[in-house]
Amino acid sequence: MAANPQDDFVNVVIDGVAVKAKKGAMIIHATDQNGRYVPRFCYHDKLPIAANCRMCLVEVEKAPKPLPACATPVAEGMKIFTRSPNALAAQKATMEFLLINHPLDCPICDQGGECELQDLAMGFGRDVARYTESKRIVKDKNIGPLISTDMTRCIHCTRCVRFGQDIAGIQELGTIGRGEHTEIGTFVERSVDHELSGNIIDLCPVGALNSKPFRFHARAWEMTQQPLVSPHDGTGTNLYAHVLRGKVMRVVPRPNEAINETWIADRDRFSYEGIYSPDRLAAPMLRENGAWKTVDWDVALNAAAEALKASADSLGVLASPSATTEELYLLARLARGLGGTDIDHRLRMSDFRDAALDPVAPGLGLPVADIELLSALLVVGCNLRSEAPLLAHRVRKAARCGTKVSFLNPFDYDYLFPVTTRVVSPSTTLPADLLGVLVAAAEAAGTVLPAPFARAAAAVVVGPAHRDLANALASGERRAIWLGALALRHPAWADLRAVATELARITGAVLGVLAEGGNAAGAWLAGAVPHRESGGRPAVRAGRDVQAMFVQPRRAYLLFGGIEPAADFGDAAAVERARAALGQAERVVAITPYVTDELRALAHVLLPMGSFAETSGTYVSLDGTWQSVPGAAQPVGESRPGWKILRVLGNLTGQIDFEYQSSEDVLAELRARCAATAAQPLEPASGSARHIELPRTEVAVPDVPIYCVDALVRRAPALQATRAGLEPEKTL
Amino acid sequence: MSEQGSVHTVRTSDGQLFEPGYGPKAALLTAHTRHEIDGFIARFPLGRQRSATLSALRFVQEQNDGFLTPELMDAVAEYLQLPPIQVYEVASFYSMFETHPCGRHHVSICTNISCWLNGAEELLAHAEKTLGIKVGESTPDRRIFLKKEEECLAACTGAPMMMVDHVFHEHLTPEKLDEILGELK
Repeated sequence: MAANPQDDFVNVVIDGVAVKAKKGAMIIHATDQNGRYVPRFCYHDKLPIAANCRMCLVEVEKAPKPLPACATPVAEGMKIFTRSPNALAAQKATMEFLLINHPLDCPICDQGGECELQDLAMGFGRDVARYTESKRIVKDKNIGPLISTDMTRCIHCTRCVRFGQDIAGIQELGTIGRGEHTEIGTFVERSVDHELSGNIIDLCPVGALNSKPFRFHARAWEMTQQPLVSPHDGTGTNLYAHVLRGKVMRVVPRPNEAINETWIADRDRFSYEGIYSPDRLAAPMLRENGAWKTVDWDVALNAAAEALKASADSLGVLASPSATTEELYLLARLARGLGGTDIDHRLRMSDFRDAALDPVAPGLGLPVADIELLSALLVVGCNLRSEAPLLAHRVRKAARCGTKVSFLNPFDYDYLFPVTTRVVSPSTTLPADLLGVLVAAAEAAGTVLPAPFARAAAAVVVGPAHRDLANALASGERRAIWLGALALRHPAWADLRAVATELARITGAVLGVLAEGGNAAGAWLAGAVPHRESGGRPAVRAGRDVQAMFVQPRRAYLLFGGIEPAADFGDAAAVERARAALGQAERVVAITPYVTDELRALAHVLLPMGSFAETSGTYVSLDGTWQSVPGAAQPVGESRPGWKILRVLGNLTGQIDFEYQSSEDVLAELRARCAATAAQPLEPASGSARHIELPRTEVAVPDVPIYCVDALVRRAPALQATRAGLEPEKTL
Repeated sequence: MSEQGSVHTVRTSDGQLFEPGYGPKAALLTAHTRHEIDGFIARFPLGRQRSATLSALRFVQEQNDGFLTPELMDAVAEYLQLPPIQVYEVASFYSMFETHPCGRHHVSICTNISCWLNGAEELLAHAEKTLGIKVGESTPDRRIFLKKEEECLAACTGAPMMMVDHVFHEHLTPEKLDEILGELK
């Protein structure tokens, strides 16, 4: 650290304007910061510098030749000319070279209209081509179902190659051959499989890499851009939907440095295909005497209201953890207003013994961007890259900068970054091993464990693996422990959390819980849990959790948000219990975007609701950020946004104060209810002195493949055709 | 030498230990090739095994009588613990590597200016006629691969010249060419 902060800067002159630039920064950083645009193809903010396109040549006083702005560090007194005759001539000449082999197929190129090459040729190129010789042709590669290739268009900027090396952590594309014969490809035919690989579509400055599902579907200038939030994991990834005539044509990233930077996961990018799945429920349906018939909304809503009222004393309400906060809030209000108490969104969890210790909402306990500042992170029971691909990316960034990241997991996943300690412990022994880490950490810290832990620890032999994990966690100042979905779904979740909480206390770490679904934190705050009302207030009467609702079957069920019994309830036994309970129920009302044969067999009323892109609403991410988006697309068929359906059901069942005019009204009411608790950090209540029980029998916690997490993703054909979609067991 | 199952390590230039990958793919490498690769792993610090790729491919091409296969490149990738694409990149970039089946002996006749002025074109035509193959092809018995028309190899004083398996032959005549090619096994 320089004593004087002035020493960290040098004085440079950019196009006649004197500015200060950070020492060691490249010219392009200084010009960008001062609003002087320098054309570029290979340079990208988030990628390492390659300096191979030469488009960013600028003139520097006393330099004999133009210099690449992206790879020339600033120096004291440097005079930079970005638009001098020499600089412009150099840029024009580079542009001419780049266009030598570039085809003139812009009219049929998906990139046309949003193409960096097109734009820069317009701004910095010559008016007339002088090149009359034949152009080279490069064979297209098949790199999987997500990314289309037109390799003749490639200008070899290598952004896609560097993305693999530096961001994804596994290089899948490379530069094959040399000189004029250079091609970007995989050499042997294989797909590009990384879960963030779709980002190379955005990185590609030309039309060489494009979205395969979107190919030839719309032109960039025809579509409108609408903000969305990803509903697939709790990261709160910011998206844009590109909409044409009310239909989502594609999804691209909405840059947000605090959350997803410029990246999105393939799951966020391509799941929109599921919106237009053939099994979308287009109109309300009613089952009468065993036969399904399409009915008017009035009829269906009245039938649903009657069914709910008639069984209010024995009603199980289940919500998707990816529904919007407004929907979940109205659902919880409706359920409790009817006199019911049984409502839950934690569909795949099974252990609720420690409900009293639950925090207001699950979360990371720190902002997503601060992950990079951690000195140590212990991740327990979490298939990180599959559960939250962009959190995995942040952790990867942190690990590469020295954060000690360790894993205690039932499977030996490929993390693609330096892992300090990795311990593989099957689900059966996972609690014992976490307890071992706790004992090792207590020994190292010289503290005595509280009695419940000490009693349970007597059965645990502390080995070197435990000590390694404890040591790794003890390094540095800022520490965190994360519990993932494999811990949440564990039948000994309460014990795992108690041990992790104590471990966090001893090591001074922040405990984070990566709850499943895109809006788990919102579901808690909205009161979509049996023991908490909105804002985290304890429920007047605690109801049944998702498991209890099936173990003690209810007379009626209300399924909200595209819940599919076959795929959304924990292990095989839980699925069977759910099916049996739903099968014997007198009335099952499903508010859902999709209808399957199974749902037709189980439900009695089907109300079509809009998917995540077809409703306005709010998502609360795992770092506690509330993000509201307007509806992006027209709901398919007669389907309606979920909050509107719930509002009418509330009116028809005689709920008071249920006259919401907009989802903003709903949000404002919930915000007011959360005001008291919003200030509280999203971390578990402490002081868990409960009895710790280690599993005595074999435990198998099912992992959910990356492209099976929710109904929308399961219906996205391109994602299902990827290697992770076709062979989920190999990528788990 | 390392055998499957036993732990085999190489001391790197910074005194650390590198454990080469030795799974089913790397098993294609002969003990000799692995020994030679280890010698190059030892020249670089730990974590810089990518630097040994070029040398590794040279030994592997030698082991395989003159050309590389995707399987052998995968073997190198596994042994050096690199993504396979990084090995493909090197193999496809350098002209001394062949990634398609070809003859054992790589023959390149220079046709750049000095050799050309001294009769390289006739020499090349003669070679093509006697071997019955064109430049870029191999003899059916896989004995000789007429790799390419070489550009200047900096032996103009001995023009016309050619390179056979990295050995220069200068002051060539059609007779001398026949003799050299005839001696190749």
